Order: sequence, then structure tokens, then C-alpha cells
Amino acid sequence: MVRAVRQDAVARSEVATPPSRRTQRIPAPLLLPAIAGLAFLVLPLAGLVIRTPWASLPQRLGESGALTALRLSLQTATIATLVCLMLGVPLAWLLARVEFVGRRAVRALVTVPLVLPPVVGGVALLLVFGRKGVLGAWLDATFGFTLPFTTTGVVVAEAFVAMPFLVIAVEGALRGADDRYEEAAATLGAGRWTTFTHVTLPLVAPGVAAGAVLCWARALGEFGATITFAGNYPGITQTMPLAVYQTMEGGDLDGAVVLSLILLTVSVTILAALRDKWITSA
Amino acid sequence: MTTRGIRTAVAALIALALAALAACGNSDDNAGPGPVTATSGAVTGTVTVFAAASLTGSFTQIGKDFEAANPGSKVTFNFAGSPALATQINEGAPADVFASAAPKNMQTVTDAGNGDGAPTTFVKNQLVIAVPRSNPDGIKGLADLAKPGVKVALCTEQVPCGAAAKKALATANVKITPVTLEQDVKAALSKVRLGEVDAALVYRTDVKAAASDVDGIEFPESANAINEYPIIVLKNAPNRAGAQAFVTLVLSDKGKTVLTQAGFQSP
Repeated sequence: MVRAVRQDAVARSEVATPPSRRTQRIPAPLLLPAIAGLAFLVLPLAGLVIRTPWASLPQRLGESGALTALRLSLQTATIATLVCLMLGVPLAWLLARVEFVGRRAVRALVTVPLVLPPVVGGVALLLVFGRKGVLGAWLDATFGFTLPFTTTGVVVAEAFVAMPFLVIAVEGALRGADDRYEEAAATLGAGRWTTFTHVTLPLVAPGVAAGAVLCWARALGEFGATITFAGNYPGITQTMPLAVYQTMEGGDLDGAVVLSLILLTVSVTILAALRDKWITSA
Repeated sequence: MTTRGIRTAVAALIALALAALAACGNSDDNAGPGPVTATSGAVTGTVTVFAAASLTGSFTQIGKDFEAANPGSKVTFNFAGSPALATQINEGAPADVFASAAPKNMQTVTDAGNGDGAPTTFVKNQLVIAVPRSNPDGIKGLADLAKPGVKVALCTEQVPCGAAAKKALATANVKITPVTLEQDVKAALSKVRLGEVDAALVYRTDVKAAASDVDGIEFPESANAINEYPIIVLKNAPNRAGAQAFVTLVLSDKGKTVLTQAGFQSP
């Protein structure tokens, strides 16, 4: 019975696809660059696996420094993502749902960190939140609190670089969502806040999840803004990318390869798990 | 987008890609030896020098002198932490000359068979404590760096300035917890210049180069952690004649004057 239904579905989908598309050959000007592009993306990763010193791998994994950096990376990327969700979703809603003067300019500003080299972001963060920065000097004088060289500083750097990814994904989801549901809710007397929490948010949940995953992945890989703004100290500000860099700069190529492989494995595993759970159900 | 629009976009992209490839090819040519007349002594073409970050100011000056003395030549520098440079050279970076801030990183290169002959020690350098101008925290010696509330930047142990700092602190029997470990000495210095840390252990030469922003505090234990700087022509130097001429200039009286003025000591 089940099989019959499935076959029926397959048959129907075949009818739906124009036969010409299947029989037509793939044009070489598309196929060759596509294969070259794939090779370009995959080869460096393969190189990492090839150069991995498998014999000394267990011993290197046991070195506490790697796990400390990994834990710090996972913690800071997760907190940064939560911060981005709290600030970014409302910002995306504002951009998608509210008409205001200068909306296009605001949208452009939001995407600036996306095109800004992260090191520049780090310098900019220092100039504002550094001990001599515009806000940082005030924070230091009033609360005796400074951001550089702290784990909070790492979260700030990661959130700065990663938030645009979330905002853009959520805004896209909001614009794509059917606003008749929201209108219906408004007609039935729901205020904007109730509509947002009970109608809009559930409607764009898959988009928010996708944006959060993208944001988390970007935060996990963050390097330039972190090392410039937060510095580099094991256990406090040295995330995995910084550990990879320091090991490489220190002349320990094998060590850098092992750390890279750990980061690659962990991030791909987590992203694959999340993808199964969130993205495909969207 | 119309089909024509897509076609134009694709054509533009291909043109860009080709232009980028061509540009890569060009830069490779520039890095090559160029016409070299070794016998006459006049050197042309590009000389690529990989040098420790602490040599930035003085080597840039020597490079200018070199270009002035050898019309048609060009000296390009890669300044970074010595171990990073050693790794790059051993991984096949097309460099002509390597100047390291410690014999250890030079040995990495010579052990891999990438040096041409034996390295020559050309200068020595000593650590000082860099503090913001007029020394607001009143730091007098290494012990003051251990005081609570004093933020210190050090180089990582892997780079020569970090190894020297570790040695000096061990000699003084002072234990400090730095807020950051920087990848080269200029990065550590810039944290002081930015005002983000209260002190950093850097070379005397770095403080001299940044005299408008920082003061240097000498400390006796630095005598136990003096760095010797070796220089060498690399075996696979694309511009061997240029490399030899550059090393000769560094070792000459003229080169020595530039280095001494920058605060280096003679070996």
C-alpha cells in the first residue's frame, strides 16, 4: 500500500518534469567551471586531511590547550548567537515591517560589517570600546570595566561580525512571509506585539533558525576582529582560530593542522545535525 | 534579469577572472630574478627579504639605500614573527634573504637545507619595558609588572621576543599573568601605543622607533636575555646576486650605522 502510494508520487513527479530537461546534455561552459569551482572548494580541505599527522593525533588531541580553545570557541559563538537573536530579530522586523525615513540607509548600514574586513572591525571596536575608546573610557571610569582582553570582548567581536548574517536572513524570511495572517490577527484585535509573538515569529521560525545557524558558524570562525579587539590569551580570549594561527606562527605546522581538523570536524558535525533538525523541516 | 543581461554579467565575470589570473602571472614575473649582471656588481630586479618584525624600521631604511645604490632594483619586505617566516620559507615561499631575531628560527631554515652557507650574526637586541609616555603607573622594573591591576602584553613564547621575555622574567624570579600574548613584537608594542595595556616587554629598538608614544624602562635582567640576529642568503633565492648584495650592505659600515642608530648593538 505504502509502496503503491510512493510509486504514484514518483510517477506524478516525472510527469511534472518536462522530459526535455532530462534528456538535454549539460552545456560544457556550465559543467566545467562548476567542477573547477567544486574542486577549488574541496581541495584545500582534502589537503588538510592529507597533511594530518595521524600517528601523533591521539597524543595531540590530549593536549589540554586544544580542548580549552575549543570549549571557549563553542561557548563564545553560542552566546554571541543568542545576543544576535535578541538584538537582530527585532532589527530585522523593524526593517521588514515598519516604513520609516532612511530605512534604506539603515539597511545599508546593517550590512556594512558584512563587507568590512574583520580586522577593520576589530580596530573600530577598539576605538569605541577600547580603554581609550569613546564609550570604553567612560565604562572604565564609571564601572572600572574594560572589554579588551576579556571573554566578553570576544563575544562582542563575534556578535559584531556575525549579526548582519542573522538580520539579513530573518528580514528575508519576514518579507517572504504571507502578511495576510498578520492582517487577520490585527483585524481580530491583536496588537503589534501580540501579532509578532503569536503569528509572525512562528511563521518565520525556520528563517530565524537558518539565520542563527549562519550567524553561529560565522562567529565560530571569527578571527580578525577577535585578535585585534580581544587579544590572545589561552582560556580567556584564545578561540580555536586564534590557536590555529598562533600554532602556525610558532612554526608548528602539524599542530596547526590538527587544530584545524578538530575545528572543521566539530563545526561540520554540528551544522549537519542542525541542518537535519531545522533547515530541512523548513 | 534578461538573458542578455545574464550573458553580459557572465562575460564580465570571466573577464575579471582572466584579469586576476594575468595579474598573478605578472607579480610572479616581478618576483623573478630579472636581468642580473653579477660580475659588474650592479644589481637589478626584485630582492625579497623576509625579516623579523623588529627589523621593520631599519631594514626599510637599508632597502631604500640599496635601491638608491642599485638603480633598477627593488627591495620588497615580509616583516613578521621569525618562526612564521621560517615556516613560510620551508614551505617554499620565494624569498632571497632571511633575517631572524633568534638563532633558533634560523636553524629551522638551515636544518631544512634552505640556507646558502652559514648565517652571519649582524646585530644584538635587548628587551626593555615599554610604557605609555611619562610612565603613568610609575613602573621601575620587572617586579612592578606583577602588581595587581597592571595590564601587560607579552609576545608568545614561540617568537624570539617572547622567549627572551620568559628568560628575563625567570631570571628576575617574577611571575606575571599577561592579558594577551601577541604574535610579534610590533603587535605587543601597538597595545601600549593604543593605551590598552600599561606595559609590554619589547626590544629597545621598538621603543626608540615609537619614542613619540612610549617610554622605555631598562631593567638589569635583560642582560641575560639578549637576542642575536642572524642573516642568510637562501638556497633557492630567485635573485641570488641581489640577495648577496643586500646582505653585504647590511653587514657594511653603512648598514651598521643605520642599525646602531635604531638602537641595535653590534654583535
